[in-house]
Amino acid sequence: MISVQNVHKSFGDLEVLKGVSLDVPNGEVVSVIGGSGSGKSTLLYCINAIETINSGKILVNDIDVHSKDTNKDKLRQKLGMVFQQFNAFPHMTVLENAALAPRIVKKMSKDEAMEIAKKELKHVGLGDKFDVYPTRMSGGQQQRLAIARALAMKPDFMLLDEVTSALDPELVGEVLETLRLLAEEGMTMICVTHEMGFARDVSDRVAYFHQGVIAEIGEAKQVINDPQNELTQKFLSKVR
Amino acid sequence: MNSLFTPLSWDDTGYILTGVWNTITISVVAIVVGTLLGMIVGFARAESNKAVNVLFGSVLDILRSVPLIIQLILFSTFVGAIGHPMNPFLAGSIVLSLYTMAFMSEVFRGGFESVSKSMQTAARSLGMTYWQTVYHIRFPIGLRAVLPSWMGVALSVIKDSALVSVIGYMELLRTSEQLISRTQQPLEILIGVGIFYFIISYPLSHYGRYLERKMAI
Amino acid sequence: MEYEFHWNIVLQKMPELLNGAFVTLHVSVLAMLLGVVIAVLLAIAKMNNSKPFCYVATVWVEIARNTPALFQIYMAYFGLGAFGIHLSPYVAVLSALVFINAGYLTETFRGGFQSIPSTQYSASKSLGMTSIQTYRYVILPQMLRRIYHPMTNQFVWSILMSSLGILVGMSELSGTTQRLQSLSFRTLEFFIVAAVMYFIITKLVLFGASLLSRRLFKGEI
Repeated sequence: MISVQNVHKSFGDLEVLKGVSLDVPNGEVVSVIGGSGSGKSTLLYCINAIETINSGKILVNDIDVHSKDTNKDKLRQKLGMVFQQFNAFPHMTVLENAALAPRIVKKMSKDEAMEIAKKELKHVGLGDKFDVYPTRMSGGQQQRLAIARALAMKPDFMLLDEVTSALDPELVGEVLETLRLLAEEGMTMICVTHEMGFARDVSDRVAYFHQGVIAEIGEAKQVINDPQNELTQKFLSKVR
Repeated sequence: MNSLFTPLSWDDTGYILTGVWNTITISVVAIVVGTLLGMIVGFARAESNKAVNVLFGSVLDILRSVPLIIQLILFSTFVGAIGHPMNPFLAGSIVLSLYTMAFMSEVFRGGFESVSKSMQTAARSLGMTYWQTVYHIRFPIGLRAVLPSWMGVALSVIKDSALVSVIGYMELLRTSEQLISRTQQPLEILIGVGIFYFIISYPLSHYGRYLERKMAI
Repeated sequence: MEYEFHWNIVLQKMPELLNGAFVTLHVSVLAMLLGVVIAVLLAIAKMNNSKPFCYVATVWVEIARNTPALFQIYMAYFGLGAFGIHLSPYVAVLSALVFINAGYLTETFRGGFQSIPSTQYSASKSLGMTSIQTYRYVILPQMLRRIYHPMTNQFVWSILMSSLGILVGMSELSGTTQRLQSLSFRTLEFFIVAAVMYFIITKLVLFGASLLSRRLFKGEI
């Protein structure tokens, strides 16, 4: 379970998170929607300890993420993350990309790491691309590689930061399809997204971020189809 | 002790200034001639077929793969041996210009090739002739793109012009070397020489890097 | 007027010329290795912004880039004499080449480092890699691909510029050629052979570098 408790976060004078609380139990998929600059991506970076926080608390499996005593490299193994930019390692083949972290972080044998990497690559539909270099692939394929690379670490949670925003429209579908598959398999996920259809159909709950706070959160279909908060209504009417 | 050596004095200023002037003269000649020839050769290479390119390319390759100092010695010895000795300025200018041309042609070729085919097609579709396209489209765009690299080559030519001293041209380093052997004050003289080169090169190299950054955006 | 070439004398002296070529390679390789080591330190100093080191690095880089190689060699050979330091021609040329290589390579390394997008760091971090692992497996391999070509060029430049040893009586290829031709006055023959040898050395180095790069970098970029 991921538990975010009254988190505040500033960059200099700019406060981006103004007391955010959110509990995500295991097996749940939460989509986070909201305008740009609303702080939704920052929240993911704070959960993954890539960014520090100013106050509040974030617990992942009851471990205090931002405590001094927490080994952050260890913690991040439990939290798979996929970014807006594809971030494939361009000097490695697809297979090497996915096998790197299991091998050097989890200290698996080369064969073991390759085995897991192959399995996850097939999982996301890249079973025929093992020896290809990522720069030769489409954005959608690169993004699915990034998902497989994260899954190869056997994370308990997946954090997805606008993973379809940098994609050409015709490539968005294949990535969302992969995420839907993960959701059906019971992966716990927090998805920052602009895809309202995806948020409504795949996630259990939807949170609407506005100026650093969660303005509305509730059952996915209800928030998207029938938002209660005036701000959410305004936002949704604009993006549709 | 009444030594053979006489210290540096104000009377030497004229001598040093001759060296400065000669360094500037031969650099400017080489840059101007090298740029013009390099532009022509670069354009020809961007336009021509593979066979011509390989031929051109290997000649230029020799100019770039043999030390300048060897080229200078070879050329001035050669013209002497066939009975047409040249003065150091002329021999130095010819070799340094050809050497500059070898580097400039690569720079310009890259620039002309960077002007996309689609832009040329667009120009032709407006009814421009081949040469109008070259003059109005490819030259202005290609030349602007190569400005930073051109500056880089020009700067190295100024520095490489010091090597023309080997065939007896009285450029700055050679005059200073002679002053050193007379005065035995190497440090003062060399620091002065270094400052001269630095003053010319530093602002230009920074301007070049500034242009590069500006164009990258 | 006809010039008659005499190649026999040059052939007789071939062992000495080859020896000179060996010294040329020797000094260039050493200048490159030392230059790389110093450039790594200077690049780190420049990027860390630690005041005194950063200042030293900046001055070093600017002097190396903005003065002629011949000036550096004269400085090492004649200039240091004022401090009672008398370098042999070999050491003078070597130190000048090291000085210049370090100056140029500092900027090469800095540029290569800065060209790696910061997102590569966050991606590595998110997979649980430590900083050392991130550099070892993700950043440095990519950087090496970007600096390889400029480094090869710098090495070739070192080989060509070591020919300035001729002006301080060093016995590398040019200096040896100069000495041998002065004994026989077959200037043209000797320098033509030297030119051919430089050309071959340069081409061999470039060929070797491209073979090596194909082995090192099987992938893209």
